[in-house]
Amino acid sequence: MSPPLLMLQDVRKSFGAKPVLDGVSLDVAAGKSLVILGGSGTGKSVTLKLILGLLRPDSGRIVFDGDDITFSQGKARERMRARTGMLFQSGALFDSLTVWENVAFRLLNSERLGRKDARDRAVASLKQVHLAPDVADLRPAELSGGMQKRVGLARAIVGRPELIFFDEPTTGLDPITADAINDLILEQTRALGAAAISITHDMASARKIADEIAMLHAGRIIWRGPASAIEASGNDYVDQFVHGRAVGPIQPAL
Amino acid sequence: MSNASMPETTRLATNPVRWLGRATLAVLQEVGELAVFFLSVALASLTPRWYPGQILRQMVTIGFYSLPVVGLSAVFIGAALALNIYTGGSRYGAEQFVPNIVVLGITRELGVTITGLMLAGRVSAGIAAEIGAMRVTEQIDALSTLSARPTRYLYAPRFLAGVITLPLLVIIADIIGVMGGWAVSVFGLGFDSTTYLRNTVDFVTTEDIAVGLIKAVVFGGIIAIMGCFHGDRSTAGATGVGRAATFAMVGAAILILAFNYILSSLFVELGL
Repeated sequence: MSPPLLMLQDVRKSFGAKPVLDGVSLDVAAGKSLVILGGSGTGKSVTLKLILGLLRPDSGRIVFDGDDITFSQGKARERMRARTGMLFQSGALFDSLTVWENVAFRLLNSERLGRKDARDRAVASLKQVHLAPDVADLRPAELSGGMQKRVGLARAIVGRPELIFFDEPTTGLDPITADAINDLILEQTRALGAAAISITHDMASARKIADEIAMLHAGRIIWRGPASAIEASGNDYVDQFVHGRAVGPIQPAL
Repeated sequence: MSNASMPETTRLATNPVRWLGRATLAVLQEVGELAVFFLSVALASLTPRWYPGQILRQMVTIGFYSLPVVGLSAVFIGAALALNIYTGGSRYGAEQFVPNIVVLGITRELGVTITGLMLAGRVSAGIAAEIGAMRVTEQIDALSTLSARPTRYLYAPRFLAGVITLPLLVIIADIIGVMGGWAVSVFGLGFDSTTYLRNTVDFVTTEDIAVGLIKAVVFGGIIAIMGCFHGDRSTAGATGVGRAATFAMVGAAILILAFNYILSSLFVELGL
């Protein structure tokens, strides 16, 4: 078996006295899609931020393609980021830039591509997420929520990443638009052959885009298995979450 | 209703002294972090890579769009200054020194301080709100993941734009301020226009103007840094961004007044 593309070993992170991640170990193989399930405030977003180097873990190891990137900064961090893409929950498009400048941001600022070439690649990337070229010159504020997500996805895939992170990709979208985004995620990660790590609490999304599912609860991974096994996990916590019951071992976060 | 049972916002609103004290303490508490932030931004401003497009854009936002505010403030300050000096001077029969004292007061002190304070409101708060909104909507995280460091891409251009454009604005404020004093003196107080202008030009020295411009560089840095610093630390929600803007404005204004005094005493020591 080939070594995993990304591996977390016993990663811990606290904010003040409050532990958020209490020894998380995970890995994802090249080209595979891992979905991390969990309720609100279970540390899903923190996990992504630790991997991307936006936060620093208290202890543990994060390895990307054989390189320990746990605390890496500067050039080493940028090498890792150049090989990854991220779709933020709110899209996180830069509202001072046009849509195509957003999509081509890395090409323009990091790879120093000429504006014409960068624009061509941005338009091609927009086409892959089924957006017409005339969207390219609009501002993000002129787009609907679903379109902003598409633009965010176009920005995440324009650098042909090997690993893409999806932070709650369907949150705030109606079920039809959400399903369209799920289709796009599947389509584009497959086209790139990229691995994906998604965090969500949307079961419909998880069933659709996951090869494997891991469930995060109280700062730990309490269950992990192939997506097909989620209905018969034999784990009370997972069952409660999958079926969306208020009553069970997990207390609703009210 | 007793003081203690009022909601905090009401209590703060009814007691501006408490509010000011709290803001001042908060500013003092953050001096350490602020210094580290300042050093990292200054270092990023002095070393490649630079984003010329961002610097230019910020120069337009900070400099060009501040022209009306700066011009209006300067003309009124210059006019009021001339009136007061005339009133005070007439007690000693020294009315003829109005042009001299107006130009001295404007170039060394008022032109730069008023410009700095107006921009603390217009620019510092604006930067804090913009950066704060970017922080809250994850745009700053997005910048990092796209391999553009916020310090270089967002903060250094604003710092450079502040440091470069504030002296330029102050030159304009100086000219307009002096003209405000001139207008009141000539049209209101019966001064001869030519004599007034000649007295002004003969009296003012390069040092007077340089003192104001050196202060302007420092104030420009303060305005940009305070905006970026508080925006960067902004917490979620409309309140978080609003607080960031308030802290940036208050902090910048206090620092400007403090540094104005520090620099003035330094210049006295140096005999400037």
